[in-house]
Amino acid sequence: MKIALKIRQTFSVDKATFLDVFIIPILATSLAITVGLLLLLLSGESYQTALRALISLFVGSFGSVSALSETLTASTPLIFAALGIAIGFRAGLFNIGAEGQIIIGGLAAVIVGFSVELPILLHLTIVLFIGAAFGAGYAFISGWLKAFTGAHEVITTIMLNLIAFRLLDFFLRLPFIQKEGRNDPISKSVLETAELPRLLSFIDPNLRIHAGFLLAVLAVVLVYWIIFHTTIGFEFRTVGTNIHAAKYAGVNSSLAVILAMSAAGLCAGLAGASQISGVLGRATSGFSAGIGFDAIAVALLGRAHPIGVLFSGILFGALVAGGREMQVSAGVSLDLITVIQALIIIFIAAPILIKRIFPWFFPKT
Amino acid sequence: MKIELKEISKSFGPVAANTKINLSVSSGETLGLLGENGAGKTTLMNILTGLYKPDSGQVLIRGQQREFSNPRDAIKNGIGMVHQHFMLVPVFSVTENVILGNEPTSAVNRINLKEAREKVQNISSKYNLDVDPDELVERLPVGVQQRVEIIKILFRKAELLIFDEPTAVLTPQEVSDFFMIVNSLKNSGKAIIFITHKLHEVIQICDRINILRRGKVVGEVNPKKTSNSKLAELMVGRSVNLNTKRKKIDPGDVLLKVRNLHVISDKKEKVISDVNLKLHKKEILGIAGVQGNGQTEFIEALTGLRKISSGEIFYFDKNCTNFTPRKIHQMGIKHIPEDRQKQGLINEFSLTENIILNTYYEADFSKNISLNWNNARSEAARVMKQFDVRASSESSPANNLSGGNQQKLVIGREMSRKINLLIASQPTRGVDVGSIEYIHGQIIAARNSGIGILLNSTELEEIIALSDRIVVFFEGKIVAELPSNTDPKIIGLAMAGVIT
Repeated sequence: MKIALKIRQTFSVDKATFLDVFIIPILATSLAITVGLLLLLLSGESYQTALRALISLFVGSFGSVSALSETLTASTPLIFAALGIAIGFRAGLFNIGAEGQIIIGGLAAVIVGFSVELPILLHLTIVLFIGAAFGAGYAFISGWLKAFTGAHEVITTIMLNLIAFRLLDFFLRLPFIQKEGRNDPISKSVLETAELPRLLSFIDPNLRIHAGFLLAVLAVVLVYWIIFHTTIGFEFRTVGTNIHAAKYAGVNSSLAVILAMSAAGLCAGLAGASQISGVLGRATSGFSAGIGFDAIAVALLGRAHPIGVLFSGILFGALVAGGREMQVSAGVSLDLITVIQALIIIFIAAPILIKRIFPWFFPKT
Repeated sequence: MKIELKEISKSFGPVAANTKINLSVSSGETLGLLGENGAGKTTLMNILTGLYKPDSGQVLIRGQQREFSNPRDAIKNGIGMVHQHFMLVPVFSVTENVILGNEPTSAVNRINLKEAREKVQNISSKYNLDVDPDELVERLPVGVQQRVEIIKILFRKAELLIFDEPTAVLTPQEVSDFFMIVNSLKNSGKAIIFITHKLHEVIQICDRINILRRGKVVGEVNPKKTSNSKLAELMVGRSVNLNTKRKKIDPGDVLLKVRNLHVISDKKEKVISDVNLKLHKKEILGIAGVQGNGQTEFIEALTGLRKISSGEIFYFDKNCTNFTPRKIHQMGIKHIPEDRQKQGLINEFSLTENIILNTYYEADFSKNISLNWNNARSEAARVMKQFDVRASSESSPANNLSGGNQQKLVIGREMSRKINLLIASQPTRGVDVGSIEYIHGQIIAARNSGIGILLNSTELEEIIALSDRIVVFFEGKIVAELPSNTDPKIIGLAMAGVIT
């Protein structure tokens, strides 16, 4: 409990937020892993296999420098996109469209990445900027529709996802974009000047962690500041918590909805751009890989709090990295990770369940 | 039949809602239960009607101990309650509403509506309730809907009828009809518990009064040998000044002028038609009326929350028709909304955040887009001190506060910055007596300092106590403009639309 107090003081959060952002997610995750392993046993696997799966999950995510590098690499786009979804939640918006925004942002980034020749730092900056701008623009459509026609953002963002999938396929086959000599939908590779530098290449050039992770941490701080320390964030939270009070307070709720949605798309666009510039180097038809959907889970697990998003993003990155190791050394299907992720969300969505199972962590009310 | 509560205690976490409460009521008797919000009245009645289980203590009926695990058990034992908010299905007929959940059936589970209808008719005529069993509930006025609720519990053979704040939604005429019904129920041998915080009502209608304070019975009083001020003192625990002192002063120049105002509701119905009024500086203008006669929409129109379809509003001779809420607020027109939980506050936000809810963009609290939380916190501390808002700290969430403290926070926020006109809607709804006294004092002090005040309240007493002039709203029109010393009966008739 001393550690708990220290964390609370470090991030200056009150007790309720602390329970919300740290304790409940930790308990939910432990419970989900336990239930996941029980399911593994039920499916007829031996105790040894389950134990090996559990160990390899940890070893593969935090057990070595390369494991840690993989974890943080996988977490980077999740953190970016989940920050956007968290901004949406704060403004009362449920943005299902991060996947589409990642695609549009990533696609724009890749085009600028291979087609323009610029000096090293400038090129990278412009690629990221374009990715963010296109993500924001794509989300703006949903925000505008919501503000001026009342169309529900859940519906419009889902539809825009579908459109983004098809747009991606279409663009990747355009001769200007498609890699020379290929028939499948795959883009040209971005120039070296547009790549995010790898952070640990001095230890081992194969360590994939790149500067995008640092930018994601910076984004956490920035989003925290916006949500809790700016008038815009105050308006977002007012509109998201009590729309009647927001009207009474004279907040322009249409503008707030459009801004929040665009900010969400901006973060998702950055997720796409950093994935292109930092990991993939080019766009393929499935390059978004469901990150936009996993990010919804990350935002929920992080209780729509930027610091919570940072930790839950790393956790989900760890599940991805550890899952790969689990598959290799314990022979357990990667599907178990999907099951565990789903269980985490179920437990997060039912905090009362968590409070019943672990009553001694929570003060009586 | 005699119903007794013995040594009932109930706590919610560390909060003791009821502590060793004893009370009893018998057939042919009306017991008044008087107490402020949060005194434990509702908890006690929820125990009696089976919604809560007491931590300790007993419920005795005819001397025998009973335990209720749900409201169904309670009604089986003859205990029924008419809630403050009616639980009726608007599109069902009176009969259908009465039998809902207790339908008399004939063979193959067919509902026997004919038999039910007869029973409803019989109950209605036996107690002079005058309710048509076939009418749809949505077509009935509120007073009659309340009688449908009474029939509902009589149909279930209730011997003890509990009324929770029954007069809150009624016009003065309907209140006197309601009292006649209560007396006729009593005379036919029913036991009645009457819950209220209105002092003169318990004195008028009850045979005995029990007063609750902080979860304890602090006194039993004979209504014939008491007075409003004695009851208030018992209720609050200190002497209370019920008669708000209001020196007569001459009003100043015209501050607000409303000309031929028309407003249309969300359902495209005319809710305000052709309203004209003038409000002066140093004047309290009261808007009287039964809830739902356009007062809400009128105030929304004045404060920019609802579009004005035609007509004009002048403030200091400046036309401000259809200005935005922010613009109106900036001009010094401050609004205490009728529903502080829904509009005036954000429950989940801290008191500091609530203090800057509608001023966060001003130079005191932000520079460019960066909020200055230090200034906001000191402003919160200042308002809380000045307006006696009691809370553990300015960073605790608003929903930790009692109704009275929440309201004082809203009032403090609006009155502590630039203000020329105060629009106060239901400023003391759901607020304890001590806070009412304080809020009334603040409103009068504001008027004496030169502010014009538009006071909208469905509590006629409040209107009479505070207003210099009264306008009466009925069906979206001003039907009467009266001086403050008008006989309440006449105001009541105007509220009912009888005189215009």
